[in-house]
Amino acid sequence: MAYALQQLINGISLGMIYGLIAVGYTMVYGIIGMINFAHGDVFMIGAFVALIALLLLQLGGVMDGTAAILLMLLASVAVTALYGWTVERVAYRPLRGSFRLAPLISAIGLSIVLQNYVQVSQGARVKPVEAVLRGGVEVFREGDFAVQLSYMQMLIIGTTLAALAAFTILVTRTPLGRAMRACEQDRKMAALLGIDTDRTISLTFVIGAALAAVAGTMYLLRYGVIDFYIGFLAGVKAFTAAVLGGIGSLPGAVLGGLLIGLIETFWSAYFSVQYKDVAAFSILVLTLIFLPTGLLGRQEVEKV
Amino acid sequence: MSAEQSPLLELDAVSAGYGPVQALSAVSIRVMPGEIVTLIGANGAGKSTLLMTICGDPKPRSGRVLLAGTDIAGLPTHAIMRQGLAQSPEGRRVFPRMTIRENLLMGAETLAEGGDRSAQLDQVFTLFPRLRERLAQRAGTLSGGEQQMLAIGRALMSRPRLLLLDEPSLGLAPLVVRQIFGAIRDLNGKTGLTVLLVEQNANLALRLAHRGYVLVNGRIAMEGTGAELLARPEVRDAYLGGGAPLPPPLPADGPNPA
Repeated sequence: MAYALQQLINGISLGMIYGLIAVGYTMVYGIIGMINFAHGDVFMIGAFVALIALLLLQLGGVMDGTAAILLMLLASVAVTALYGWTVERVAYRPLRGSFRLAPLISAIGLSIVLQNYVQVSQGARVKPVEAVLRGGVEVFREGDFAVQLSYMQMLIIGTTLAALAAFTILVTRTPLGRAMRACEQDRKMAALLGIDTDRTISLTFVIGAALAAVAGTMYLLRYGVIDFYIGFLAGVKAFTAAVLGGIGSLPGAVLGGLLIGLIETFWSAYFSVQYKDVAAFSILVLTLIFLPTGLLGRQEVEKV
Repeated sequence: MSAEQSPLLELDAVSAGYGPVQALSAVSIRVMPGEIVTLIGANGAGKSTLLMTICGDPKPRSGRVLLAGTDIAGLPTHAIMRQGLAQSPEGRRVFPRMTIRENLLMGAETLAEGGDRSAQLDQVFTLFPRLRERLAQRAGTLSGGEQQMLAIGRALMSRPRLLLLDEPSLGLAPLVVRQIFGAIRDLNGKTGLTVLLVEQNANLALRLAHRGYVLVNGRIAMEGTGAELLARPEVRDAYLGGGAPLPPPLPADGPNPA
Protein backbone atom coordinates (compact mmCIF):
# COMPACT_ATOMS: atom_id res chain seq x y z
CA MET A 1 0.00 0.00 0.00
CA ALA A 2 2.67 2.46 1.09
CA TYR A 3 4.89 1.24 -1.71
CA ALA A 4 2.13 1.80 -4.23
CA LEU A 5 1.47 5.27 -2.84
CA GLN A 6 5.13 6.12 -3.25
CA GLN A 7 5.00 4.93 -6.85
CA LEU A 8 1.93 7.05 -7.41
CA ILE A 9 3.81 10.15 -6.26
CA ASN A 10 6.82 9.26 -8.39
CA GLY A 11 4.65 8.49 -11.37
CA ILE A 12 2.73 11.75 -11.19
CA SER A 13 5.84 13.88 -10.98
CA LEU A 14 7.36 12.05 -13.95
CA GLY A 15 4.07 12.16 -15.85
CA MET A 16 3.83 15.91 -15.41
CA ILE A 17 7.11 16.31 -17.27
CA TYR A 18 5.87 14.13 -20.12
CA GLY A 19 2.62 16.06 -20.14
CA LEU A 20 4.43 19.39 -20.58
CA ILE A 21 6.35 18.05 -23.57
CA ALA A 22 3.24 16.38 -24.97
CA VAL A 23 1.37 19.70 -24.99
CA GLY A 24 3.99 21.01 -27.43
CA TYR A 25 3.45 18.08 -29.79
CA THR A 26 -0.30 18.31 -29.68
CA MET A 27 -0.39 22.11 -30.14
CA VAL A 28 1.75 22.03 -33.23
CA TYR A 29 -0.21 19.09 -34.58
CA GLY A 30 -3.43 20.99 -33.95
CA ILE A 31 -2.36 24.05 -35.84
CA ILE A 32 -0.44 22.66 -38.81
CA GLY A 33 -1.52 19.01 -38.79
CA MET A 34 2.03 17.76 -38.45
CA ILE A 35 4.19 16.23 -35.77
CA ASN A 36 7.17 18.36 -34.83
CA PHE A 37 9.88 15.71 -34.71
CA ALA A 38 12.42 18.21 -33.44
CA HIS A 39 10.34 18.88 -30.32
CA GLY A 40 12.12 16.25 -28.19
CA ASP A 41 15.41 17.93 -29.00
CA VAL A 42 14.02 21.33 -28.16
CA PHE A 43 13.26 19.82 -24.74
CA MET A 44 16.88 18.62 -24.57
CA ILE A 45 18.08 22.12 -25.42
CA GLY A 46 15.89 23.40 -22.61
CA ALA A 47 17.61 21.07 -20.15
CA PHE A 48 21.05 22.16 -21.39
CA VAL A 49 20.28 25.86 -21.14
CA ALA A 50 19.04 25.26 -17.59
CA LEU A 51 22.29 23.42 -16.83
CA ILE A 52 24.44 26.22 -18.23
CA ALA A 53 22.38 28.76 -16.31
CA LEU A 54 22.84 26.77 -13.11
CA LEU A 55 26.61 26.57 -13.57
CA LEU A 56 26.79 30.30 -14.27
CA LEU A 57 24.70 31.02 -11.21
CA GLN A 58 26.98 28.88 -9.06
CA LEU A 59 30.00 30.69 -10.49
CA GLY A 60 28.29 33.96 -9.71
CA GLY A 61 27.73 32.80 -6.16
CA VAL A 62 23.95 32.44 -6.22
CA MET A 63 23.52 29.46 -3.94
CA ASP A 64 19.99 29.96 -2.74
CA GLY A 65 17.95 27.07 -4.15
CA THR A 66 14.70 28.85 -4.95
CA ALA A 67 16.32 31.86 -6.60
CA ALA A 68 18.60 29.60 -8.62
CA ILE A 69 15.71 27.48 -9.85
CA LEU A 70 13.67 30.51 -10.79
CA LEU A 71 16.53 32.05 -12.74
CA MET A 72 17.28 28.73 -14.44
CA LEU A 73 13.68 28.47 -15.50
CA LEU A 74 13.60 31.99 -16.89
CA ALA A 75 16.85 31.56 -18.79
CA SER A 76 15.80 28.22 -20.19
CA VAL A 77 12.35 29.40 -21.26
CA ALA A 78 13.74 32.51 -22.96
CA VAL A 79 16.52 30.77 -24.89
CA THR A 80 14.56 27.63 -25.75
CA ALA A 81 11.61 29.67 -27.03
CA LEU A 82 14.03 31.16 -29.53
CA TYR A 83 14.98 27.66 -30.63
CA GLY A 84 11.31 26.81 -31.07
CA TRP A 85 10.86 29.86 -33.28
CA THR A 86 13.92 28.86 -35.30
CA VAL A 87 12.67 25.30 -35.80
CA GLU A 88 9.50 26.64 -37.38
CA ARG A 89 11.37 29.15 -39.51
CA VAL A 90 13.96 26.67 -40.76
CA ALA A 91 12.12 23.37 -40.98
CA TYR A 92 8.46 24.26 -41.51
CA ARG A 93 7.76 27.66 -43.00
CA PRO A 94 9.86 27.36 -46.18
CA LEU A 95 8.06 24.10 -46.93
CA ARG A 96 4.53 25.30 -46.30
CA GLY A 97 2.48 24.40 -49.34
CA SER A 98 4.99 21.73 -50.30
CA PHE A 99 4.04 18.04 -50.27
CA ARG A 100 2.91 16.76 -46.92
CA LEU A 101 5.91 14.73 -45.87
CA ALA A 102 8.48 17.41 -46.70
CA PRO A 103 8.34 19.33 -43.40
CA LEU A 104 8.35 16.06 -41.50
CA ILE A 105 11.63 15.10 -43.10
CA SER A 106 13.14 18.53 -42.55
CA ALA A 107 12.08 18.37 -38.89
CA ILE A 108 13.79 15.01 -38.45
CA GLY A 109 16.83 16.55 -40.11
CA LEU A 110 16.73 19.45 -37.69
CA SER A 111 16.41 17.02 -34.79
CA ILE A 112 19.67 15.35 -35.89
CA VAL A 113 21.30 18.75 -36.31
CA LEU A 114 20.32 19.82 -32.79
CA GLN A 115 21.60 16.59 -31.24
CA ASN A 116 24.91 16.82 -33.02
CA TYR A 117 25.25 20.51 -32.34
CA VAL A 118 24.87 19.90 -28.61
CA GLN A 119 27.14 16.87 -28.77
CA VAL A 120 29.88 18.88 -30.45
CA SER A 121 29.49 22.05 -28.43
CA GLN A 122 28.84 20.48 -25.01
CA GLY A 123 30.58 17.11 -25.38
CA ALA A 124 29.12 13.66 -25.53
CA ARG A 125 29.64 12.74 -21.91
CA VAL A 126 26.74 12.81 -19.47
CA LYS A 127 26.51 15.97 -17.41
CA PRO A 128 25.81 15.47 -13.73
CA VAL A 129 24.70 18.27 -11.43
CA GLU A 130 24.41 18.35 -7.69
CA ALA A 131 20.92 18.39 -6.30
CA VAL A 132 19.72 21.95 -5.89
CA LEU A 133 16.86 21.01 -3.66
CA ARG A 134 17.16 18.28 -1.05
CA GLY A 135 14.86 16.71 1.47
CA GLY A 136 11.17 16.30 1.60
CA VAL A 137 8.31 15.46 3.84
CA GLU A 138 7.12 12.11 5.06
CA VAL A 139 3.49 11.75 4.06
CA PHE A 140 2.73 8.35 5.38
CA ARG A 141 4.45 5.50 7.17
CA GLU A 142 3.69 1.81 7.12
CA GLY A 143 6.05 -0.36 9.17
CA ASP A 144 9.50 0.89 8.25
CA PHE A 145 8.49 2.07 4.81
CA ALA A 146 8.08 5.84 4.73
CA VAL A 147 6.30 7.43 1.82
CA GLN A 148 8.26 10.51 0.83
CA LEU A 149 7.14 13.52 -1.05
CA SER A 150 10.39 15.26 -1.87
CA TYR A 151 10.65 19.02 -2.24
CA MET A 152 11.82 18.34 -5.74
CA GLN A 153 8.62 16.47 -6.56
CA MET A 154 6.57 19.27 -5.05
CA LEU A 155 8.49 21.72 -7.17
CA ILE A 156 7.90 19.70 -10.32
CA ILE A 157 4.21 19.27 -9.69
CA GLY A 158 3.74 22.89 -8.62
CA THR A 159 5.70 24.39 -11.50
CA THR A 160 4.05 22.16 -14.06
CA LEU A 161 0.59 23.00 -12.79
CA ALA A 162 1.43 26.70 -12.87
CA ALA A 163 2.77 26.44 -16.42
CA LEU A 164 -0.28 24.51 -17.57
CA ALA A 165 -2.64 26.97 -15.88
CA ALA A 166 -0.93 29.92 -17.54
CA PHE A 167 -1.06 28.09 -20.83
CA THR A 168 -4.77 27.27 -20.45
CA ILE A 169 -5.60 30.90 -19.75
CA LEU A 170 -3.58 31.91 -22.77
CA VAL A 171 -5.45 29.55 -25.07
CA THR A 172 -8.96 30.14 -23.77
CA ARG A 173 -8.95 33.80 -22.75
CA THR A 174 -6.54 35.81 -24.87
CA PRO A 175 -6.69 37.12 -28.45
CA LEU A 176 -3.64 35.02 -29.27
CA GLY A 177 -5.41 31.93 -27.97
CA ARG A 178 -8.48 32.71 -30.05
CA ALA A 179 -6.27 33.22 -33.09
CA MET A 180 -4.58 29.88 -32.40
CA ARG A 181 -7.89 28.07 -32.16
CA ALA A 182 -9.13 29.76 -35.31
CA CYS A 183 -5.99 28.77 -37.23
CA GLU A 184 -6.36 25.24 -35.94
CA GLN A 185 -9.91 24.97 -37.24
CA ASP A 186 -9.58 26.82 -40.55
CA ARG A 187 -6.37 28.64 -41.34
CA LYS A 188 -7.59 30.19 -44.57
CA MET A 189 -10.67 31.61 -42.87
CA ALA A 190 -8.56 32.93 -40.01
CA ALA A 191 -6.54 34.92 -42.53
CA LEU A 192 -9.78 36.23 -44.06
CA LEU A 193 -10.66 37.60 -40.63
CA GLY A 194 -7.42 39.54 -40.46
CA ILE A 195 -5.36 37.09 -38.41
CA ASP A 196 -1.67 36.91 -39.27
CA THR A 197 -1.52 33.13 -39.52
CA ASP A 198 2.25 32.89 -40.01
CA ARG A 199 2.79 34.81 -36.82
CA THR A 200 0.25 32.66 -34.99
CA ILE A 201 2.01 29.48 -36.12
CA SER A 202 5.39 30.88 -35.06
CA LEU A 203 4.01 31.73 -31.64
CA THR A 204 2.59 28.23 -31.31
CA PHE A 205 6.08 26.80 -31.75
CA VAL A 206 7.45 29.38 -29.32
CA ILE A 207 4.91 28.50 -26.63
CA GLY A 208 5.44 24.78 -27.16
CA ALA A 209 9.18 25.30 -26.79
CA ALA A 210 8.69 27.37 -23.64
CA LEU A 211 6.71 24.54 -22.05
CA ALA A 212 9.38 22.07 -23.18
CA ALA A 213 11.98 24.32 -21.51
CA VAL A 214 10.08 24.09 -18.23
CA ALA A 215 10.01 20.31 -18.69
CA GLY A 216 13.74 20.26 -19.51
CA THR A 217 14.59 22.24 -16.39
CA MET A 218 12.46 19.93 -14.24
CA TYR A 219 14.07 16.90 -15.85
CA LEU A 220 17.53 18.23 -15.07
CA LEU A 221 16.60 18.92 -11.46
CA ARG A 222 14.88 15.58 -11.00
CA TYR A 223 17.47 13.29 -12.54
CA GLY A 224 20.56 15.43 -12.07
CA VAL A 225 22.05 13.92 -15.23
CA ILE A 226 21.55 14.92 -18.84
CA ASP A 227 23.20 14.28 -22.17
CA PHE A 228 22.62 15.29 -25.77
CA TYR A 229 20.48 12.24 -26.41
CA ILE A 230 17.77 12.62 -23.74
CA GLY A 231 15.46 14.38 -26.21
CA PHE A 232 14.92 11.27 -28.24
CA LEU A 233 13.49 8.99 -25.57
CA ALA A 234 11.61 11.70 -23.71
CA GLY A 235 10.32 12.98 -27.03
CA VAL A 236 9.01 9.62 -28.15
CA LYS A 237 7.36 9.06 -24.77
CA ALA A 238 5.73 12.47 -24.79
CA PHE A 239 4.61 11.81 -28.34
CA THR A 240 3.08 8.55 -27.08
CA ALA A 241 1.38 10.54 -24.35
CA ALA A 242 -0.05 12.98 -26.90
CA VAL A 243 -1.35 10.11 -29.05
CA LEU A 244 -2.78 8.29 -26.04
CA GLY A 245 -4.58 11.44 -24.89
CA GLY A 246 -5.80 12.14 -28.41
CA ILE A 247 -3.52 14.12 -30.68
CA GLY A 248 -4.73 17.70 -30.98
CA SER A 249 -6.38 17.66 -27.53
CA LEU A 250 -4.63 19.81 -24.94
CA PRO A 251 -6.19 18.22 -21.82
CA GLY A 252 -5.56 14.89 -23.54
CA ALA A 253 -1.83 15.62 -23.73
CA VAL A 254 -1.64 16.23 -19.99
CA LEU A 255 -3.76 13.17 -19.21
CA GLY A 256 -1.68 11.05 -21.57
CA GLY A 257 1.52 12.33 -19.97
CA LEU A 258 0.29 11.41 -16.50
CA LEU A 259 -0.76 7.96 -17.66
CA ILE A 260 2.55 7.25 -19.38
CA GLY A 261 4.41 8.47 -16.28
CA LEU A 262 2.32 6.23 -14.03
CA ILE A 263 2.51 3.20 -16.30
CA GLU A 264 6.25 3.52 -16.61
CA THR A 265 6.73 3.99 -12.87
CA PHE A 266 4.46 1.14 -11.81
CA TRP A 267 5.91 -1.15 -14.44
CA SER A 268 9.41 -0.44 -13.13
CA ALA A 269 8.29 -0.91 -9.54
CA TYR A 270 6.43 -4.17 -9.96
CA PHE A 271 7.86 -5.83 -13.05
CA SER A 272 11.12 -4.74 -14.50
CA VAL A 273 13.05 -1.51 -14.78
CA GLN A 274 14.82 -2.81 -17.88
CA TYR A 275 11.58 -3.07 -19.79
CA LYS A 276 9.99 0.22 -18.78
CA ASP A 277 10.47 1.73 -22.21
CA VAL A 278 8.89 -1.32 -23.77
CA ALA A 279 5.84 -0.70 -21.59
CA ALA A 280 5.55 2.87 -22.78
CA PHE A 281 5.94 1.97 -26.44
CA SER A 282 3.53 -0.93 -26.20
CA ILE A 283 0.99 1.65 -25.12
CA LEU A 284 1.71 3.60 -28.30
CA VAL A 285 1.18 0.53 -30.44
CA LEU A 286 -1.99 -0.51 -28.62
CA THR A 287 -3.42 3.01 -28.78
CA LEU A 288 -2.75 3.30 -32.47
CA ILE A 289 -4.41 -0.05 -33.14
CA PHE A 290 -7.41 0.08 -30.85
CA LEU A 291 -7.99 3.75 -30.05
CA PRO A 292 -6.53 5.80 -32.87
CA THR A 293 -8.31 8.99 -31.80
CA GLY A 294 -6.95 8.65 -28.26
CA LEU A 295 -8.78 9.07 -24.98
CA LEU A 296 -9.95 12.64 -25.44
CA GLY A 297 -9.46 13.01 -29.17
CA ARG A 298 -12.40 13.82 -31.33
CA GLN A 299 -13.71 11.79 -34.19
CA GLU A 300 -13.28 13.66 -37.44
CA VAL A 301 -16.87 14.56 -38.16
CA GLU A 302 -17.37 17.77 -40.06
CA LYS A 303 -20.74 18.97 -41.15
CA VAL A 304 -20.83 20.13 -44.74
CA MET B 1 -24.64 56.59 -59.93
CA SER B 2 -22.99 59.96 -59.79
CA ALA B 3 -19.99 60.40 -62.05
CA GLU B 4 -17.85 62.39 -59.62
CA GLN B 5 -17.70 59.59 -57.07
CA SER B 6 -14.58 57.44 -57.12
CA PRO B 7 -14.94 53.68 -56.83
CA LEU B 8 -14.52 51.97 -53.49
CA LEU B 9 -13.11 48.94 -55.21
CA GLU B 10 -11.58 48.78 -58.63
CA LEU B 11 -9.97 45.81 -60.33
CA ASP B 12 -7.81 46.88 -63.20
CA ALA B 13 -6.91 44.11 -65.66
CA VAL B 14 -6.43 41.53 -62.93
CA SER B 15 -5.20 38.08 -63.88
CA ALA B 16 -4.92 35.33 -61.30
CA GLY B 17 -5.06 31.59 -60.82
CA TYR B 18 -3.87 28.59 -58.92
CA GLY B 19 -0.73 26.80 -60.07
CA PRO B 20 -0.86 26.19 -63.82
CA VAL B 21 -4.54 27.14 -63.97
CA GLN B 22 -5.31 30.66 -65.13
CA ALA B 23 -8.69 31.38 -63.56
CA LEU B 24 -9.00 35.11 -64.29
CA SER B 25 -7.79 36.95 -67.40
CA ALA B 26 -7.55 40.73 -67.34
CA VAL B 27 -10.69 41.25 -65.29
CA SER B 28 -11.70 44.86 -64.68
CA ILE B 29 -14.62 45.73 -62.44
CA ARG B 30 -15.61 48.69 -60.28
CA VAL B 31 -17.77 48.92 -57.21
CA MET B 32 -18.99 52.36 -56.17
CA PRO B 33 -19.63 53.23 -52.52
CA GLY B 34 -23.14 52.21 -51.48
CA GLU B 35 -23.65 49.88 -54.40
CA ILE B 36 -24.66 46.25 -54.52
CA VAL B 37 -22.76 44.77 -57.42
CA THR B 38 -23.18 41.17 -58.42
CA LEU B 39 -20.96 38.89 -60.35
CA ILE B 40 -22.77 36.04 -62.03
CA GLY B 41 -21.46 33.15 -64.04
CA ALA B 42 -21.45 29.42 -64.39
CA ASN B 43 -19.66 26.99 -62.12
CA GLY B 44 -15.93 27.36 -62.59
CA ALA B 45 -16.15 30.74 -64.32
CA GLY B 46 -13.77 32.17 -61.70
CA LYS B 47 -16.25 33.95 -59.44
CA SER B 48 -14.88 32.69 -56.15
CA THR B 49 -11.32 33.11 -57.37
CA LEU B 50 -12.12 36.74 -58.07
CA LEU B 51 -13.31 37.34 -54.50
CA MET B 52 -10.32 35.48 -53.09
CA THR B 53 -7.93 37.42 -55.34
CA ILE B 54 -9.29 40.68 -53.95
CA CYS B 55 -8.38 39.25 -50.54
CA GLY B 56 -4.87 38.37 -51.68
CA ASP B 57 -5.19 34.57 -51.79
CA PRO B 58 -4.11 33.91 -54.52
CA LYS B 59 -2.21 37.08 -55.22
CA PRO B 60 -2.91 38.60 -58.62
CA ARG B 61 -0.37 37.67 -61.30
CA SER B 62 -0.85 41.02 -62.95
CA GLY B 63 -3.10 44.03 -62.73
CA ARG B 64 -4.08 46.27 -59.86
CA VAL B 65 -6.59 45.92 -57.06
CA LEU B 66 -7.49 49.39 -55.79
CA LEU B 67 -9.33 49.86 -52.55
CA ALA B 68 -10.43 53.50 -52.32
CA GLY B 69 -7.62 54.33 -54.68
CA THR B 70 -4.83 52.45 -52.92
CA ASP B 71 -3.29 49.41 -54.57
CA ILE B 72 -3.66 46.45 -52.21
CA ALA B 73 -2.48 43.78 -54.66
CA GLY B 74 0.45 41.85 -53.21
CA LEU B 75 -0.33 42.54 -49.58
CA PRO B 76 -0.77 39.49 -47.34
CA THR B 77 -4.39 38.46 -46.80
CA HIS B 78 -4.55 39.45 -43.15
CA ALA B 79 -3.26 42.95 -43.96
CA ILE B 80 -5.83 43.40 -46.73
CA MET B 81 -8.65 42.27 -44.46
CA ARG B 82 -7.63 44.89 -41.94
CA GLN B 83 -8.49 47.65 -44.40
CA GLY B 84 -12.24 47.40 -44.09
CA LEU B 85 -13.00 44.34 -46.17
CA ALA B 86 -14.92 41.34 -44.97
CA GLN B 87 -15.77 38.16 -46.79
CA SER B 88 -18.39 35.52 -46.24
CA PRO B 89 -16.59 32.87 -48.24
CA GLU B 90 -17.60 29.94 -50.36
CA GLY B 91 -18.62 27.00 -48.18
CA ARG B 92 -19.35 29.34 -45.24
CA ARG B 93 -16.28 28.23 -43.28
CA VAL B 94 -17.63 28.85 -39.80
CA PHE B 95 -15.35 27.57 -37.04
CA PRO B 96 -17.14 24.33 -36.17
CA ARG B 97 -15.75 23.91 -32.65
CA MET B 98 -16.36 27.47 -31.56
CA THR B 99 -19.69 28.70 -30.29
CA ILE B 100 -21.86 31.08 -32.31
CA ARG B 101 -20.76 33.84 -30.02
CA GLU B 102 -17.07 33.05 -30.45
CA ASN B 103 -17.51 32.85 -34.21
CA LEU B 104 -19.11 36.27 -34.27
CA LEU B 105 -16.41 37.73 -32.04
CA MET B 106 -13.77 36.31 -34.38
CA GLY B 107 -15.33 38.53 -37.02
CA ALA B 108 -14.42 41.60 -34.97
CA GLU B 109 -10.80 40.51 -34.66
CA THR B 110 -9.58 43.39 -36.82
CA LEU B 111 -11.11 46.00 -34.53
CA ALA B 112 -9.30 47.53 -31.59
CA GLU B 113 -8.72 45.12 -28.74
CA GLY B 114 -11.20 45.18 -25.87
CA GLY B 115 -13.80 47.34 -27.60
CA ASP B 116 -17.49 46.95 -27.02
CA ARG B 117 -19.01 44.59 -29.56
CA SER B 118 -22.61 44.76 -28.38
CA ALA B 119 -23.73 47.19 -31.09
CA GLN B 120 -22.53 44.88 -33.85
CA LEU B 121 -23.93 41.83 -32.11
CA ASP B 122 -27.29 43.56 -31.88
CA GLN B 123 -27.16 44.42 -35.55
CA VAL B 124 -26.48 40.79 -36.44
CA PHE B 125 -29.29 39.57 -34.19
CA THR B 126 -31.71 42.04 -35.73
CA LEU B 127 -30.90 40.60 -39.14
CA PHE B 128 -30.78 36.98 -38.03
CA PRO B 129 -32.79 36.54 -34.81
CA ARG B 130 -32.21 32.81 -34.96
CA LEU B 131 -28.53 33.27 -34.09
CA ARG B 132 -29.37 34.93 -30.80
CA GLU B 133 -31.21 31.83 -29.63
CA ARG B 134 -28.15 29.65 -30.24
CA LEU B 135 -25.32 31.80 -28.91
CA ALA B 136 -23.71 29.11 -26.81
CA GLN B 137 -24.14 26.34 -29.36
CA ARG B 138 -21.20 25.11 -31.40
CA ALA B 139 -21.27 26.32 -34.98
CA GLY B 140 -20.65 22.81 -36.32
CA THR B 141 -24.08 21.76 -35.07
CA LEU B 142 -25.98 24.45 -37.01
CA SER B 143 -27.97 23.74 -40.15
CA GLY B 144 -26.63 24.95 -43.48
CA GLY B 145 -28.87 28.00 -43.51
CA GLU B 146 -27.93 28.96 -39.98
CA GLN B 147 -24.26 28.56 -40.84
CA GLN B 148 -24.76 30.88 -43.77
CA MET B 149 -26.38 33.45 -41.50
CA LEU B 150 -23.49 33.05 -39.10
CA ALA B 151 -20.92 33.50 -41.87
CA ILE B 152 -22.59 36.71 -43.04
CA GLY B 153 -23.06 37.90 -39.47
CA ARG B 154 -19.41 37.22 -38.72
CA ALA B 155 -18.38 39.24 -41.76
CA LEU B 156 -20.51 42.15 -40.57
CA MET B 157 -18.93 42.19 -37.13
CA SER B 158 -15.91 44.15 -38.34
CA ARG B 159 -18.11 46.99 -39.66
CA PRO B 160 -16.71 46.58 -43.15
CA ARG B 161 -16.72 49.22 -45.85
CA LEU B 162 -17.03 46.48 -48.41
CA LEU B 163 -18.74 43.14 -47.90
CA LEU B 164 -17.80 40.28 -50.21
CA LEU B 165 -20.43 37.56 -50.33
CA ASP B 166 -19.74 34.26 -52.02
CA GLU B 167 -22.83 32.25 -53.01
CA PRO B 168 -24.98 33.01 -49.97
CA SER B 169 -27.84 31.05 -51.57
CA LEU B 170 -25.90 27.84 -52.18
CA GLY B 171 -27.73 24.76 -50.99
CA LEU B 172 -30.34 26.66 -49.02
CA ALA B 173 -34.12 26.43 -49.00
CA PRO B 174 -35.82 29.20 -51.00
CA LEU B 175 -37.35 30.65 -47.86
CA VAL B 176 -33.96 31.00 -46.20
CA VAL B 177 -32.47 32.44 -49.38
CA ARG B 178 -35.16 35.11 -49.48
CA GLN B 179 -34.52 35.89 -45.85
CA ILE B 180 -30.80 36.31 -46.44
CA PHE B 181 -31.23 38.40 -49.58
CA GLY B 182 -33.75 40.55 -47.74
CA ALA B 183 -31.17 41.09 -45.02
CA ILE B 184 -28.54 42.15 -47.56
CA ARG B 185 -30.95 44.64 -49.10
CA ASP B 186 -31.87 46.00 -45.66
CA LEU B 187 -28.25 46.52 -44.75
CA ASN B 188 -27.50 48.27 -47.97
CA GLY B 189 -30.57 50.44 -47.66
CA LYS B 190 -30.16 51.36 -44.03
CA THR B 191 -26.41 51.62 -43.62
CA GLY B 192 -25.21 52.16 -47.17
CA LEU B 193 -23.03 49.07 -46.94
CA THR B 194 -21.27 48.32 -50.21
CA VAL B 195 -21.64 44.73 -51.35
CA LEU B 196 -19.95 42.63 -53.98
CA LEU B 197 -22.06 39.53 -54.38
CA VAL B 198 -21.05 36.39 -56.23
CA GLU B 199 -24.02 34.24 -57.19
CA GLN B 200 -24.96 31.33 -59.31
CA ASN B 201 -28.62 32.15 -58.79
CA ALA B 202 -28.51 34.92 -61.40
CA ASN B 203 -32.19 35.71 -61.30
CA LEU B 204 -32.14 36.49 -57.62
CA ALA B 205 -28.79 38.29 -57.71
CA LEU B 206 -29.68 40.57 -60.60
CA ARG B 207 -32.93 41.54 -58.95
CA LEU B 208 -31.10 42.47 -55.80
CA ALA B 209 -28.11 44.25 -57.29
CA HIS B 210 -27.77 47.72 -58.72
CA ARG B 211 -25.31 46.53 -61.29
CA GLY B 212 -23.91 43.24 -62.43
CA TYR B 213 -21.08 41.64 -64.34
CA VAL B 214 -21.19 38.33 -66.16
CA LEU B 215 -18.04 36.27 -65.87
CA VAL B 216 -17.38 33.65 -68.54
CA ASN B 217 -14.22 31.54 -68.42
CA GLY B 218 -12.39 34.09 -66.33
CA ARG B 219 -13.28 37.10 -68.46
CA ILE B 220 -15.94 39.77 -68.06
CA ALA B 221 -18.41 39.11 -70.88
CA MET B 222 -21.11 41.64 -70.08
CA GLU B 223 -21.96 44.36 -67.64
CA GLY B 224 -24.95 46.52 -66.93
CA THR B 225 -27.62 47.34 -64.38
CA GLY B 226 -29.47 44.44 -62.85
CA ALA B 227 -32.55 45.19 -64.92
CA GLU B 228 -30.54 45.50 -68.15
CA LEU B 229 -28.80 42.19 -67.65
CA LEU B 230 -32.05 40.48 -66.71
CA ALA B 231 -33.51 41.65 -69.99
CA ARG B 232 -30.61 40.43 -72.13
CA PRO B 233 -31.55 37.26 -74.04
CA GLU B 234 -28.02 35.79 -73.66
CA VAL B 235 -28.27 36.15 -69.91
CA ARG B 236 -31.75 34.70 -69.87
CA ASP B 237 -30.71 31.69 -71.91
CA ALA B 238 -27.48 30.95 -70.12
CA TYR B 239 -28.23 31.75 -66.51
CA LEU B 240 -31.91 32.15 -65.89
CA GLY B 241 -33.68 28.86 -65.82
CA GLY B 242 -36.85 30.11 -64.19
CA GLY B 243 -37.11 30.15 -60.45
CA ALA B 244 -39.11 30.87 -57.35
CA PRO B 245 -41.23 34.01 -57.06
CA LEU B 246 -38.93 36.86 -56.20
CA PRO B 247 -39.03 40.34 -54.77
CA PRO B 248 -39.22 43.14 -57.34
CA PRO B 249 -35.92 44.55 -58.65
CA LEU B 250 -34.36 47.60 -57.05
CA PRO B 251 -34.96 50.95 -58.73
CA ALA B 252 -32.34 51.42 -61.42
CA ASP B 253 -31.43 54.94 -60.33
CA GLY B 254 -28.62 53.83 -58.06
CA PRO B 255 -27.83 53.08 -54.45
CA ASN B 256 -29.86 54.48 -51.63
CA PRO B 257 -28.09 57.22 -49.72
CA ALA B 258 -26.91 56.11 -46.30
